[in-house]
Amino acid sequence: MTNPVLSIEHLSIKLPDGADRQFAVDDCSYTLDKGEILCVVGESGSGKSMTANALMGLLPEGVSVGAGRAVFEGKNILRQTEAESQDLRGAKIAMIFQEPMTALNPLMRIGDQISEVFEAHKRHTPSERRKRALDLVREVDLPDPEKIIRAYPFQLSGGQRQRAMIAMALALEPQILIADEPTTALDVTTQAQILKLILDLRKKRDMAVIFITHDFGVVAEIADKVLVMRYGKIVERGTTDAVLKTPQHDYTKHLLAAIPSGLVPQNAEVQNSPALEIKALNKVFRTGGGFMKPHREVRAIDNISLSIAKGEVLGLVGESGSGKSTLGRAVVRLVTPDSGQILVGGSDMAALSETELRRARYKVQMVFQDPYASLNPRHKILRALTDGPIAKAVPKEQARARAHELMEIVGLGADAVDRFPHEFSGGQRQRIGIARALAMDPDLIIADEAVSALDVSIQAQVLDLLRDLRSKLNLSILFITHDLRVAAQLCDRIAVMQKGKLVEIGPVSDVFLNPQDDYTKRLLAAVPGGGWGLAEAALT
Amino acid sequence: MSFWKRFARNRGAVFGLVLLLAVIIIALIAPMIYPRGPWPMVQRPFLAPYAVDGLPLGTDTLGRNVAAGLVYGAQVSLLVGLISTVMALLIGVPLGAVAGFYGGWLDEGAMRFTEFFQTIPNFALAIVLVAILEPSLTSITLSIAIVSWPPVARLVRAEVMSVSKREYVDAARLAGLSNLRILVGQVLPNTVSPIIVMASLMVATAILLESSLSFLGLGDPNIMSWGYQIGAARTVIRSAWWLSFFPGLAIVLTVLALNLIGEGLNDALNPHLSRKGRT
Repeated sequence: MTNPVLSIEHLSIKLPDGADRQFAVDDCSYTLDKGEILCVVGESGSGKSMTANALMGLLPEGVSVGAGRAVFEGKNILRQTEAESQDLRGAKIAMIFQEPMTALNPLMRIGDQISEVFEAHKRHTPSERRKRALDLVREVDLPDPEKIIRAYPFQLSGGQRQRAMIAMALALEPQILIADEPTTALDVTTQAQILKLILDLRKKRDMAVIFITHDFGVVAEIADKVLVMRYGKIVERGTTDAVLKTPQHDYTKHLLAAIPSGLVPQNAEVQNSPALEIKALNKVFRTGGGFMKPHREVRAIDNISLSIAKGEVLGLVGESGSGKSTLGRAVVRLVTPDSGQILVGGSDMAALSETELRRARYKVQMVFQDPYASLNPRHKILRALTDGPIAKAVPKEQARARAHELMEIVGLGADAVDRFPHEFSGGQRQRIGIARALAMDPDLIIADEAVSALDVSIQAQVLDLLRDLRSKLNLSILFITHDLRVAAQLCDRIAVMQKGKLVEIGPVSDVFLNPQDDYTKRLLAAVPGGGWGLAEAALT
Repeated sequence: MSFWKRFARNRGAVFGLVLLLAVIIIALIAPMIYPRGPWPMVQRPFLAPYAVDGLPLGTDTLGRNVAAGLVYGAQVSLLVGLISTVMALLIGVPLGAVAGFYGGWLDEGAMRFTEFFQTIPNFALAIVLVAILEPSLTSITLSIAIVSWPPVARLVRAEVMSVSKREYVDAARLAGLSNLRILVGQVLPNTVSPIIVMASLMVATAILLESSLSFLGLGDPNIMSWGYQIGAARTVIRSAWWLSFFPGLAIVLTVLALNLIGEGLNDALNPHLSRKGRT
């Protein structure tokens, strides 16, 4: 082996007393070579970010390095003074974060923020700093560099902000770049661009990258070497090919199996009687405006018509801001559409009055994205499951019995109804959310990014549950997601939305294997590791 | 971790609680310690503390027992503080909740109404109200409640607005619950923590307000209160310091206790907001 840039030896990071385990990271050793991209993969709470934070000296309060060394340029960087760490940060090891909006100072122009890095390390004259900032902005391919360095973070899109963050990180030509979930908050197409940028920069600067992610698709796309972590321990390591194709550890196999593979399943026969029909639906949001200023209009739903048959799962995919969530919320009338019809079982939800609506609400139920915000923290599960049916005039006893039954159905056990939401994990809460929707005996369920906030293995379980329920109960589901691989797993048909318009709709296999619209093609091409998943699909 | 454990971790809060409990107990057993009440003359006027046995805090300008006045004053202060706070909550919480939940012109109207009260200085308004209504325990309590509800309304409105955007409220809407049931059953229970914290601090402010009013001679003439004691003693402050010092100390300690408790409640009810270094 060549001489590594960084070698971590027997690193342990101690959690404060009373945490769920003693060590966030337990006896981890690995090395990083020059110009290598090392992906650290794991689910939330696996300690993957802690290692990186320890290297940068950014451990949160109460957490400390227990044992071990991290040798960089012959020195143990875990045991050095704050001043030494400051010199190291930015100059030798740089880091980019998940949320580019909060990582940038909202009150500083992009150019100034990049120059500040030089200033902090006392390099160059002010005019030189400016020039270099401009060069960096050019290097990370931000459009119109002259203008961008004068822009404030809020004027940039998510992807542009992440590029600006990368420019800052690269300013002092670090030898190691640590990227902590840098693309998780971005749309697929933007994610693909950022990944490509990181690959290019790696090649150009021969820089080593530690890339922390939970997404095996991303791993397949960029990694040279992979580390899989679980409960603070490294369970598997190896080259990307080896880990992805011939995983050794059960956990890795389990994780890989949990990934929606991109295998396009055989879609079920679609019946004719529709559960939901949307006809020429429109919704325009108007914001701002005022004296001498025009209103800003966003056409969130632009003349959309579609239908969902009984027992069908329709996937609604699109990037953020495409209007897919608004469409879902319009169907349940949390958003009132401007015009058009929403026919559920013959009655038009869009035209009902407030009181009529309250009585018709039960027909369409929703499973929400954030499992932590969708259950009232002060109510027991039983109440969450029975409030609706009781309001619908189901007798109390019957509603209770049904709640117990539903908890069994979603796999949590009837006893769980007497607990509070905080006693459940994210995946379990999502099951409760599904049970709550089912409690109303709806004609249609809308799942708005229902699995996006979950770890892959949990995601797979919830998808299994949905699939199971759907075949048992003949459910119709409108499944809203930004993740094409997830959509492919569950849906019969896929509808693609872009800027409020429906650009393509068709059976899963048609949309995935033979996309018609340019936008759909771009979306499919951008899925990280997509080639890897779809190649497998082609084989089978 | 349980509520009590979190509360107990803040030592100041525990101290405050002990202090407040002491004041409450003293107020409750006042008739047992001084069965004759605070008004009768017991000795010569202007007796310094411990000058005569049985009068640990001395006598006032009319020869009344200062300690007895202090003990009965505790009753008045706590009662006024508590009742006026409850009244302020009864006005502020519904108004703020309705404004925050329904929005639109209701919100607009309720908030302009609130601002109308906020533009008038609290104390000036309280003085005017007491003067108009004639000083009595009821009018004092009422006027303190009237000047102290606006911040409650604003706080509740802001909390309700943020809680209403949570997904579980959407879920309740989809379940077909009526607006009122959503507001009362789903939204309000999740806003109680900041309201409790604010209420504990409001009791302290109300005690101060009552004392200030009594000091200015606007107190109920039939009731012995700390503010009245200080007010009556202000002309002799240089010759008989104890007449204003002990009631003043009582006010300071009670208000301090309530503030410490308020802070402790804040830490205990909003654990993720509590300041660093407490862990």
